[in-house]
Amino acid sequence: MSSNSRYSNPGPSSPRVAKAFWATLKRDLKIAIRHRGELANPLIFFLLVITMVPLGVSPSPKTLALLAPGMLWVVALLATLLSLDALFRSDFDDGTLEQLLLSPQSSYINVMAKVFVHWLTTGVPLTLVAPLLGVMMSLPEAGYIPLLLSLLLGTGSLSLIGAIGAALTVSLRKGGLLLSLIVMPLYVPVLIFGASGVRAAIEGFAYNTQLAVLGSFLALAIIAAPLAIAGALKMSVNN
Amino acid sequence: MANSKDQQALAISLDNIACQRDERQLFGGLSVEINAGDVLQLLGPNGAGKTTLLRCLVSLSQPAVGEIRFNGQPLNQNLYAYRSQLLYLGHLAGIKSTLSPAENLRWYAGLEGDDVNLEERIELALKDVGLYGYEDQSCFNLSAGQQRRVALARLYLSKARIWVLDEPLTAIDKAGVAKLERRFAEHSASGGIVILSTHQDLQLDTLKQVDLQDYLPTPEMLLGGL
Repeated sequence: MSSNSRYSNPGPSSPRVAKAFWATLKRDLKIAIRHRGELANPLIFFLLVITMVPLGVSPSPKTLALLAPGMLWVVALLATLLSLDALFRSDFDDGTLEQLLLSPQSSYINVMAKVFVHWLTTGVPLTLVAPLLGVMMSLPEAGYIPLLLSLLLGTGSLSLIGAIGAALTVSLRKGGLLLSLIVMPLYVPVLIFGASGVRAAIEGFAYNTQLAVLGSFLALAIIAAPLAIAGALKMSVNN
Repeated sequence: MANSKDQQALAISLDNIACQRDERQLFGGLSVEINAGDVLQLLGPNGAGKTTLLRCLVSLSQPAVGEIRFNGQPLNQNLYAYRSQLLYLGHLAGIKSTLSPAENLRWYAGLEGDDVNLEERIELALKDVGLYGYEDQSCFNLSAGQQRRVALARLYLSKARIWVLDEPLTAIDKAGVAKLERRFAEHSASGGIVILSTHQDLQLDTLKQVDLQDYLPTPEMLLGGL
């Protein structure tokens, strides 16, 4: 129908898409900053658990150095998992989630903005704190750069994959356990390559293979996960 | 405000719609044509399926039977064109209580990709719903009626031409209701569509009413199990 294009809005040109992305990004950042307490939760968890390890396992630097790469990665992963349930919860409860899905712009863009904020507020702080906790775990010097890089790439995938689980369980009142069950198996490859990259660096091997694999996980997740998240959210809202 | 583009026809047609919820059929055989300038009021007792029908109309869910068409095409083939004309106010107000009224409206405008004179228009819209002076307060400091008014301010801000409103008049005082009725009349006069569910009587010339009680499922439909 030729008349259609005349009164409908102009096509999905990039400025409109970018505006929707920025609007959601700004809104979520504002909300995150106003709920600083919740923001700190995963970080405090990360800090507490890592502090416990020297106390509970052994204070000897040799033992700690052996545990450090795996321990730091496992706890960072659990801290991310802890923050996932809240990702879509409040939007679902106050009705902004359905409004977001009704936006003429593709849900991909808006979902991407939300997950990006989640990464900025959990993945990035966890990555930045990790070297500090590395000192506490007597991580050998060669491990710091790989730890930073692998966490930076890995937490991006963790946020994206985790958001799929969060989207699937958002309409369930008590979806916490289910969320972990859905997400955990998908987190395993990220954990394996992340931790083994750091360990390889400590042992003096090249670690760029592991980083490349983490990078490709992230690239794949950026392309595919928002589609899955948007689909899952549509299902959750349609109840 | 109205330019020639706004005068183009809009048409939504519901063809033999049946909706069910939790395996229970709510209504069936509903066919309605909604054209530019119509105000359609959905009636029916609680649980008759008004909200379900409105959610189907905005494509948040699908009817069990039948098809909804926008300008002659099924909704899912015409979704971008439809959604860029659509404003939906649901059961939940869609207002973030952490944010101020102005910030909430800014997000909605951003989703529409609309930023011409935005600050000025947000201020006017909030004034129109009687929230002047509250624009920078957090929404959780506002009363239920005021929060509802923040959502209703979108009716003064958005350029969407199809309004689907689920109980927009709950928690709104008498003067507010009268003002909203004038807004509906204005919108329909400029060629827009208003579809709303409310139990209140509306004083509008262009009002069409659909009572879902007239479309109760027939025994054959129930036995056929859809």
